[in-house]
Amino acid sequence: MLLSVKNLQVAYGRIKALHGIDFNIAEGEIVTIIGANGAGKSSTLRAVSRLVPSGKETEMTFAGKDLLKYPPEKVVSELGISHVPEGRRLFGNLTVLENLKLAAFARKDKDGVEKDIERVFGIFSRLDERKTQKAGTMSGGEQQMLAVGRAFISARRLMLLDEPSMGLSPLLMKRVFISLKEINQSEGTTILLVEQNARLALKFAQRGYVLENGNMVLHGDSADLLDNEDVKKAYLGG
Amino acid sequence: MTFNFLMQNFINALQWGSFYALIALGYSMVYSILMLFNFAHGDIFMVGAYIGLGVATALLALVGTSGAALLPGWLILVLTILISMFLTAFVGIIVERVAYRPLRDAPRASAAITGLMIGIILETSNILFLGGSRLKFPQLIESVTYNIGGVYVTNKKIMIVLVSLGLMLALHQFVRRTKYGMAMRAMAYDYLVIPLMGVSMNRIAAMTFAIGSALAAAAGILFGLAYPVLDPYMGVSFGWKAFVAAILGGRGSIMGACIAGFMLGFIEIMTVPAIQILNRLFALNIGSNLRDLIAYSIVLLILIFRPHGLFGEAYSAKLRL
Repeated sequence: MLLSVKNLQVAYGRIKALHGIDFNIAEGEIVTIIGANGAGKSSTLRAVSRLVPSGKETEMTFAGKDLLKYPPEKVVSELGISHVPEGRRLFGNLTVLENLKLAAFARKDKDGVEKDIERVFGIFSRLDERKTQKAGTMSGGEQQMLAVGRAFISARRLMLLDEPSMGLSPLLMKRVFISLKEINQSEGTTILLVEQNARLALKFAQRGYVLENGNMVLHGDSADLLDNEDVKKAYLGG
Repeated sequence: MTFNFLMQNFINALQWGSFYALIALGYSMVYSILMLFNFAHGDIFMVGAYIGLGVATALLALVGTSGAALLPGWLILVLTILISMFLTAFVGIIVERVAYRPLRDAPRASAAITGLMIGIILETSNILFLGGSRLKFPQLIESVTYNIGGVYVTNKKIMIVLVSLGLMLALHQFVRRTKYGMAMRAMAYDYLVIPLMGVSMNRIAAMTFAIGSALAAAAGILFGLAYPVLDPYMGVSFGWKAFVAAILGGRGSIMGACIAGFMLGFIEIMTVPAIQILNRLFALNIGSNLRDLIAYSIVLLILIFRPHGLFGEAYSAKLRL
């Protein structure tokens, strides 16, 4: 297992967001966590990124290393886990190119970074056209492309994606997901996707977990989950 | 009431504004990335001036014993500024580490209080170690006065303004063109996702305190050249006024802090000739000791009409996780 999470607990003050969930991901896999608003999906990703502290009994290992020993910036630069956060969170005061360069902050391979920036521009040509523009002035779809591109440059052993479909037209959504699949196949990047759009997520991923009120209630192959009556009723609209 | 008289004040205001601007930058930079005001910053200006005094004295002693004429006054001054900036940067780093980092997630008021406490600690340590008496700052360069068409300018004033402007320009270039400057700008926009870029928040915070403190040290030494008496509380009123400049410039705006620093210098200095003009025109008898009252009433008025300062954003783009 590339990432293995046991008994993950997250609390914000007295409010518990995750009550001890388990999940794991193998190298090269695309896995999704689906669930309603407030189920704890974003908290799961933030805990893996170490942006929020996890409970005392939580165990997380990544490629055989104890994830909990790494501060958030080293989760990116040393373990190779990147994170497209909820709401994209681009640096709107920086240009498109600066956003991409900042994502390479900890990387020492200058040539590699330049090649990667070119690759991002190859995948999302709109970004190339707008590279000197401030990120905050772009449309939602373009911003999502930049958010994915930025994560791709920062690290790509595992990419955590928090609702990349949010606010995108179906056409743009399709484009972003096709690009993600390309990255998965060409780079061997493992992907953990969190989505409210369950149908889209399960079609994209090989396996899925269902999160409900901070508990994992179900997991299995995407095809099985798409056929599951409970999942259909609760998340796929009948 | 001549043109010369106004020019004279104009030059004084430029010098005075340089001090405010250099100190205000430290407040603004720290605020922009951490959303807190470092209320110990005025005292770091004081510490910088004293470190400058120590470094200058040491260098002078060194030159004295070796009898070398190879270190002219201006070179000692340059070295004093550079070494003191470097040393005071560490004071800033330590202040961030002990007073602010442990409180990063605490309510802002707690961080403000620790800042004030650190300020008091710095002032009283100074009294403890140096006895609290006023100390004379060595005059490293010979004072030369130029008479330009009836306006008197000293070489020191010219140097103070030029060095200050040079430092501001250097900071601007650093923030615009370097990788670390880019990280600072990004952190000012949204600090919570900074780690996702592989950037350590602590490192950028420490760096920002270091730069702000180094600029305050430069201001302290330049101040010592112009007004060569140092005392442990010199940073208090000066620090508060520079803080006013930082607010006037717009919280977190580097450009704003520079411009507002000079503006505050002008308002303060120019209030005196303005009082004199008013007195003469209307046969009034306003004392020039009302300078600060009038000057800061003007600042208050500006803030009433521009509550976010000259360059501040009307709303914060900062988001919460």
